This record gives sequence, structure tokens and C-alpha cells, in this order.
Amino acid sequence: MGEDRYEALRDDRGNKDRSIARPGGGTLASAGTETEARAVPGHAGEPMLIGDAMTGGYGRGADILTECTIAVDRGKISVIVGPNGAGKSTAMKAVFGMLDVRAGQVRLGGRDITRLTPQARVAAGMAFVPQTSNIFTSMTVEENLEMGAFLRRDDIGETMEQVYDLFPILREKRRQAAGELSGGQRQQVAVGRALMTRPTVLMLDEPTAGVSPIVMDELFDRIIEVARTGISILMVEQNARQALEIADTGYVLVQGRNAYTGTGAELLADPEVRRSFLGG
Amino acid sequence: MDLLNAFVAFANFVLIPATAYGAQLALGALGVTLIYGILRFSNIAHGDTMAFGTMVTILVTWGLQGMGMDGIGPLPTALLALPVGIAACALWLLATDRVVYRFYRAQKAAPVILVIVSMGVMFVTNGVVRFVIGTDDQRFSDGERFIISARTFREMTGLEEGLAFRTSQGLTIVVAAVAVALLFWFLNRTRTGKSMRAFSDNEDLALLSGINPERVVMVAWLITAALATTAGVLYGLDKSFMPFTYFQLLLPIFAAAVVGGLGSPLGAIAGGFVIAFSEVTVTYAFRKVVSYLGPEEWSPDGLLQLLSTDYKFAVSFAILVIVLIYRPTGLFRGKAV
Ligand SMILES: Nc1ncnc2c1ncn2[C@@H]1O[C@H](COP(=O)(O)OP(=O)(O)O)[C@@H](O)[C@H]1O
Ligand SMILES: [Mg+2]
Repeated sequence: MGEDRYEALRDDRGNKDRSIARPGGGTLASAGTETEARAVPGHAGEPMLIGDAMTGGYGRGADILTECTIAVDRGKISVIVGPNGAGKSTAMKAVFGMLDVRAGQVRLGGRDITRLTPQARVAAGMAFVPQTSNIFTSMTVEENLEMGAFLRRDDIGETMEQVYDLFPILREKRRQAAGELSGGQRQQVAVGRALMTRPTVLMLDEPTAGVSPIVMDELFDRIIEVARTGISILMVEQNARQALEIADTGYVLVQGRNAYTGTGAELLADPEVRRSFLGG
Repeated sequence: MDLLNAFVAFANFVLIPATAYGAQLALGALGVTLIYGILRFSNIAHGDTMAFGTMVTILVTWGLQGMGMDGIGPLPTALLALPVGIAACALWLLATDRVVYRFYRAQKAAPVILVIVSMGVMFVTNGVVRFVIGTDDQRFSDGERFIISARTFREMTGLEEGLAFRTSQGLTIVVAAVAVALLFWFLNRTRTGKSMRAFSDNEDLALLSGINPERVVMVAWLITAALATTAGVLYGLDKSFMPFTYFQLLLPIFAAAVVGGLGSPLGAIAGGFVIAFSEVTVTYAFRKVVSYLGPEEWSPDGLLQLLSTDYKFAVSFAILVIVLIYRPTGLFRGKAV
């Protein structure tokens, strides 16, 4: 950890997710190799994406995750729930390569990607919608989608149409600055941006944060629709009950560890889980 | 008729000079705002970057003049030398980035550290410029001096008051307009330009979208080189070139960028004109204009000059302080400093 010497140069800016800018972050698979790098669905029994027994934390800080495992199968929906500060967002970032995984592995379609930079993971077919600051507020809706497709050199028109079909309101507002939209619409922009790379796995960190219940139902419907097209969805949700209802697999995280794991229905039926996390 | 004379005097001494000066400041402020938006620090070396690019342009211009060139028609030879100046300035900026800034970027240094680092770059650049071209005033303009001279104007219109429109002023306005149009086209219409706006808006998300930060930084330096050299050459043609003057330009340029809102290109342009008009208006003696407006006996005794031109930097400074206190994000809601 020789970089310690330069600690004094920093402020807390960028402690957020700046690990994605780590050296070598600029080496991206070129458009040509991108398709080859794209994961193929794994062998039988291997999930599409798995963070396997991950242990890790931010910078040189204490471990926040301890042997935490989260996974999603092809075209399925996995939901992570748990109390505030349980490490749900941290687990997502660990899977996306935004913090050091000190022990354990991340595999995409059976391939070990633990050492890949986040950008390389984008090229490999993963997409991530962070919990906060997940749109370019000063840019138009359409430009947000274009930026989502930045790595693509082919025609993105068709994918953009698909996103507009999924979220018709975005087509209407495509020339408007994304920062001027309502909370629900902003989340749609964020999800739309992530879909523009045509990912095989879509990771969503609290996509329904701060939206009304009606909009939330609407968003969940759209997410199910996305999963039906074969895209695997790994998402963190505050609204545990509704989220588990649509989940194929559910994970309850407590203090960075797996507390309960099961199908959505199993977790909803489990009296322990109901009492502790679903309010009875 | 007197109203007309008053307006002509005003245009001659305030409107035209301030517009040209404003365009020069706007180009300078665009470079500052661009670096702030992308690299997230206030580049103290910007005035000397302008001096560096201008110096190379001047040397090439002298070379061309030595080969017998005397302007491109009515236009100054320096226009032909400008691309060379821009290229040299770009190389210089990329070299400083490679040798200096990149290291601090890798350490994720705080913006205030980078500001101080850029001060070091300023001293080095400044030293190189003084070493190569000296500290004196240099003139390098040639070609036609006036588009309209005061005498021609008087003869044309029969007015008492003359209006001079210098080639350098006309050139400044045209070149600045073209440069700004190109810049906005680039930022709003091209893939690379949009990726720069995205990076400036939300760095983390830009990285998550696969935008390569090192490439964005490189393009930002290239554009800055073009803007800074162009601004410097236009200023030098309009007035004259002296390394110390260019260092001093830093204050009005920063004031312009901050007034407009750091990080906002539109703001940089508006800020440039706000500063230029304030400076020229406050330091101009309005006696002549006023004496045309009223009857003879109203003619004021004083010069009607708010501040002596020696204090022109106080204007930028005052505006800078006021904006920082009451509206730190500037006119166009840039980032708070
Ligand atoms: N960038 C960070 N640097 C250091 N610690 C962090 C950072 N982000 C979150 N943490 C810590 O990690 C723990 C888990 O946070 P988080 O993953 O955001 O929880 P959740 O998303 O489940 O609410 C908390 O204790 C939090 O303080
Ligand atoms: Mg969270």
C-alpha cells in the first residue's frame, strides 16, 4: 500500500466511487473484441453472475462485506433487501468492481472477472444503475441514452427505440434536460441509459427510491418486462415486500453477511424474515 | 445631431473596444472553464499559456515577415502563423499534463492542491516565455490598420465626432464568433464533445458508461490550447504583446469565468462581456458623451471618469468578490467554487 504517502493530497471528494478511475481503468476492450468478451450463459448450475463469498471494504478501511454471496440466473430477478447500512450498495459495487474484493470471487457466465475494471465489465455485458447521481442532469434524455451506448460503434437507433417503447414518457421528453424530470422519470432515464449497452446483466441499486407507490408498481412492471427479454436483473430494494414478490431469488443482508437466502416466495413466507424485515 | 455625435463617441470609445476586449476575455475564460469542468481545478497557468501560444505565433509571424510577407491582403500575417502557435501550445500543455498533472490525478489530489500545482506550471511557463522572447513589448501586427478610420468616418457622415473601427477589432469579433460556434458545435453535436459534457456533469457515471477519462482530459487540453492561443494572439494584435500583461489578464479572465459560472461555456462568454463592459465603462471619461447631450452651459467640469485606467483591475476584482459572496455559482449556475 505504497500510495499511503499521498494521502495528504486528497480530500474526501471521490472517495465515493472513484475506485473506478483506478490506474488501467482506461483500458477497454475495443468494439471488436467486445462481443467475444461478452459472457455466454454458463454451464449447468452456474449462475449468470455471482459474487461468491465476497469479503471487502472501501480503500484500506475495515471489511464491510463478510463472505457475502449474491447471484442471479439468466433472465431471472434477484433482489437484495436488508436494513439501512447493511452493505447492500457495497455488495453491488463489489460485484461491479468498484471496490477491492479481498477474498472471494466474481464470475460472469463462469468466467472469473474479479480483477476486471468496471469499464471492462461494461464491455463484458454488465450494466449498473447506482443508487445516487445515476443520470447526467445537464444533458437531455436522448444524450443520456447516447452516453449509455458510448462503447458501441454500431447503430444505436434500434436500442433507443426499444428503451422509448419501454418508457414512452422518455420519448416525449427526449429533448428535455434529464435534471428537470420528476423522480420517477429520472429513474427511467437511469435504467434506460444502462440498457443502451444491451447488457446481459442489469444491476439496479434502489431503482424505486423516492418515487410514489403508483410509479413504483409501474417501474417494477417494466423491470419484469426487461427480465422477460432474457436480461438478468440484480437489484437492491427498500420496498422489500413488493420486491420479493417479483423476485426469483431473494437475499437478506445484515451487517455485510447473508442472513437469509431463498426464493422470493420462501422469504415472504418465512416467519423470521417477516418479523424482522417485513414488519410482521 | 448631438445625440448622434454622443452615440458615435460612445461607440468609438466604449462599445467597440469593449466588444473586442470582451470577445478576447470570453475566449480566455472558455479555456479556464473547460479545464475547470473536466479537470476540476482553476488553472492559474492560463494567462501564461496564452502568452506561450502567442509567443510561438509571433516568432513564426516574424519569420514570415522576414521572408517578405506583409499581411494577407488587409489581414495580419499572424493569422497564418496562428495554427503553428496552437500546435506548439497544445504540445506544451500535453507535456505539462504528462509530466505534472497526471501524477496528481493518479493520486486523486484535491482541487486546491492542483491549483497550487498549476501555479508552479505558471512560473515555469512564464520563465520559458520571458527567456525566449524577452520581457519587452512586442508588436507583430501588419496588414491594413483600419476597417474604418476616424477621418473616413467623418468625411462619410459629416459628423463632428469620428468613429474608428480597427482591423484587429473586427478580426477579434469575427474570429471569436467562429471559434465559439465551432466549440458549441463540438460540445453539443459530436460524440467526443458529448462525452466531455457527460464527464464534466457526472464523472463516476461517465466512467460507468465506458468513457475514457484520459482521452477526455487530452481533448480538453487540446481545445484549451486552441482557445488560449487564439485569445492571446487577438489580444496581442489589438493591443500589444508583453508577457507580464498576459499574466495580469488572468484576473479579468477568472472574473469572467466565475461571473458566468465556472464550468459553463455559455457563462464564460457572458462573463467575458460583463467584465469587459464594466471595466471599459467605469474607466472611460464620459465628459465628451455628456457634453454632446446637454446644452453648452451644462458641460461638466470634470472628466466624469469613475476610476482611472490604472485601476482597471480593481473592477474585475470587485466584481469577482461580489459574485463569490452573493452568487458563487455565477450567472449560469456553474459549479460553486
Ligand atoms: N464510500 C464509502 N467509504 C467508506 N465507507 C462506506 C462508503 N459507502 C458506504 N460505506 C459504509 O459501508 C456500510 C454499508 O453501506 P451501504 O452499502 O451503503 O449500505 P446499504 O446500501 O445497505 O444501506 C455503512 O457502514 C457505510 O457507512
Ligand atoms: Mg444503499
